[in-house]
Order: sequence, then C-alpha cells, then structure tokens
Amino acid sequence: MRLTLYIWRQKSTTDKGRFVKYEVENASPEMSFLEMLDMLNRQLIERGGEPVAFEHDCREGICGCCGMVINGIANGPAGGTTVCQLYMRHFKDGAVLYIEPWRSRAFPVIKDLVVDRSALDRIMQAGGFISVRTGSAPEAHTILVSKETAELAMDAAECTGCGACVAACPNGAAMLFVAAKISHLGLLPQGQPERDRRAQAMVRQMDREGFGGCSNHRECEAVCPKRISIRFIARANRDFLRASLFYSKSASGKAGATGKTKRCFEK
Amino acid sequence: MHWIAEFYRSTPGKKFVMAVTGVVLFAYVLLHMVGNLQIHLGPEELRGYVRLRYAAPGLLWTVRFVLLVAATLHVIAAVQLTVRNRGSRPVRYAVRRYREADYASRTMIFTGVAIAAFGVYHLLHMTFGSVHPEFIRSDVYHNVTSGLHVPPVSLLYVAASAVLGLHLYHGLWSVFQTLGLSSPIYDSWRRAFATVFSLVVTLGFGSVPLAVLLRTL
Repeated sequence: MRLTLYIWRQKSTTDKGRFVKYEVENASPEMSFLEMLDMLNRQLIERGGEPVAFEHDCREGICGCCGMVINGIANGPAGGTTVCQLYMRHFKDGAVLYIEPWRSRAFPVIKDLVVDRSALDRIMQAGGFISVRTGSAPEAHTILVSKETAELAMDAAECTGCGACVAACPNGAAMLFVAAKISHLGLLPQGQPERDRRAQAMVRQMDREGFGGCSNHRECEAVCPKRISIRFIARANRDFLRASLFYSKSASGKAGATGKTKRCFEK
Repeated sequence: MHWIAEFYRSTPGKKFVMAVTGVVLFAYVLLHMVGNLQIHLGPEELRGYVRLRYAAPGLLWTVRFVLLVAATLHVIAAVQLTVRNRGSRPVRYAVRRYREADYASRTMIFTGVAIAAFGVYHLLHMTFGSVHPEFIRSDVYHNVTSGLHVPPVSLLYVAASAVLGLHLYHGLWSVFQTLGLSSPIYDSWRRAFATVFSLVVTLGFGSVPLAVLLRTL
C-alpha cells in the first residue's frame, strides 16, 4: 500500500505546530495503524530525522493510550476501536490521511500526537472513587448485586479514559467520560454513600478543567472504543440534578463516606 | 439561594435551564400554532380566538411575563454555553468529519439567533404594527392577510417556520437527555417524537403564510 500522510508535528506544548507530509510505501494491509507509524518512524530514524511521537502501551485495545484523529474522526473510520486495533485494510491504497492529536484546551499537546490527559485524572481524584477500608477481600456474596445492574455498571466501567469522547465532541465536552465514571460507581451499592458528592465534585472539576458542555451531538458515543452509551450522560445529569437539589455539602467540602447531609431550609 | 447560583455556574446546570425554558417556549409555540390555525376556519373564528385571548388580561400578562423570562434565560444560557464550548478547542481540526452530529444539532445557536431575530420582527409586524404598512389594531384577520400578502414577507414567515422546525428537531430530542430522562422503555420513541412535533410546528405555522400567498397570488 502507498499512503500520503500529513502528520501534526509539534516540538513542545509551547510550539505552534504544523503538518508535515510523509510518503509511506510498502505498507501492508495486515499492519495495524501503529505498526504503519512504527515503519515510518524507522525510516525517519534511518534518515537521521526525528520520529513521530505517539502514545501507546498495550496495543491490545484496552489501555486507552493510543488515540489520534485520522481524517477528522477520532480513532479512525472503523468505529468502536482504538488506533492500535485499527488495521490498514480499513484504508484504500493511495489514501491521503491527516493525522492530528486530540484537540482540546484541557489536553495540551506534549509532543506531536501525544497529549496530556491529566485533566481526566484530576476529575477522577475529585470524586471517581469509593471510600472503603482496605484489607482482605470481603466475601463476594455479602453485598448482592443483580445481574442486570452488574452488567450495566460494567458497561460504564469499560471506559479507559482514552479521551476520544472529548476529541470527537464538537464542544470539546468530557461528559461521556464523566458520566461513565459517575454511573459505574453510582449503580453499585458500594458507590451509594458518596453518590451525590461524587456527581457534584466530578462535574465541578470537569468545568474547572475547561471542557465544553454537552449538546447531545452523540459524536462521543460514535467514536468510543468501548461504545459507551450516552444513556449514561442522561443518568449522570439525573444524579447531578438530584445532588444539587438535595445535597448541601459543597464539593470542596470534606464529606466522607458517611458525611452525607441533606439540605434543610437554609436560614 | 447559594446553591442555585452554584448549580447554574455548572455546565449541566446551564443546560438544565436551557431544557426547562425550552419546554416552556415549546408549549407556547404549540398554543400559538393552534391559535394561528383558526385562520383557516375564517375571519370570525380567528376573531373569536383573539377575543378569547384578551378575555382574561391577568392570564394574558402572566403568560407574556413567563414567556419573556423563559426566552431571556434561554438566550443567556445559550450564549454562555456557546462561548464556553467555542473556547474549549483553541486549535481547530484541519479535517473534521461528523459521524452522528446532524445539521440541526450543529446549527442550534444559529437557528436560535435566527428565531430570536424573527421573533422581534414578528412582534413589530403583527403585535405592535410598527413595520406593518396597513396595521389596524383591532383587526387581526386583516393584519394577517394584508401583512402576508407581500410575497417576500410571506416567504420570510415560511422560512422562519422551517428554521423553528430545525431547532426543535434537535431540541425536542435533546431535552430528554439533558433532564436525565432516558430509559430503554421510551428511548426509541424520542427521535420519532422530535421529528413528528418539529414537522407539525413547521407545517402548522407555514400553512398560514402559504395559504395567504396562494390565495392572493
């Protein structure tokens, strides 16, 4: 396969960045997209050039590292997959591809196609956890969870925090990510004590990071490697609304696992 | 009051305000459309409807007040959200292909601004009469037929109906999502609901200028 690539090259966060044209020959349809980039990088190194920086780790489609926008679609045209599981057979011979990093104010470019997704970690730190004592694992049957609930929670828990939802959203919103995290804990019994606090704290942090707002374009759902449904966004909206109406402790306050206080009539 | 301010400061809070005020505005749009359709029955029926409208001034002004508040909040929240959304991606994509986002969802702010502008024109035209050349305060039937007799004006009304329909096509679907109303039981009906009502509104409002135009051309 012959390919013409326009790849976004950016030396550092402060660099302006630009597209650089590369011609790739002898790509095989069996190669994954990352293997094709590996081949290009080897050629660049042999010629004494700087290889294209891109993030990758497991190359099995589960770690959520290897995101990039290919011809205007986050993670490329196949849908429901990461770039490492995207194969060159999805492209035509002689294709012209524009490869860009996730573009979002909250995801500064570190180098070339690598972005800093710490904003998502800070959202998790704000409320994406449950407060339990550590120790030996409790007997699994002490807390019963129905099969339906467990599966729904798993659907949300599949989120790897790759950031494709943010990259694809016309508004640069992180709602699918936040909603998946709010829902997967909020669906399970262990997540109940902090459910209100969690919804408020995670949404507040999301806003602080400079993400946009959800307009229900459904672009996130379309590119999510785990095909997480926007139904979780409706669910998170519901949780946030409920928390705002009935829960007084401000998100910055230190409400612990049992620190749930209902707002009575304020004086 | 502190928690209301804090709620509104969040993006889901603003979206919630947009959704609730949107529902209020949509309810008014439906009422207004049903009222307008009386014109197809004849001058007397339309006058009867107008008399009914002015029969209870308290109710009329309450509705007007609620509408004004809803429209103002809808516009303010829309502007704030749009500014925020535009700011969330300082460097734009060189190539952008949409998989799900349709024309209606991507043009909400533009169709919204167009509807607001048309609303102002419509008030000046049919309520205050300041841009209506043959305005008679007490004769609604005359104002409508003579006002829409001019083809460009009539076509503007038809276009406004279509734009409103486009706005509702996304809004009526989106509102469930924003208010947290999603369930496998009715999710599949939401698209149909939005499509049917946006069509009803477009055809209902559009039928008046078209009827005037076709009869008088």
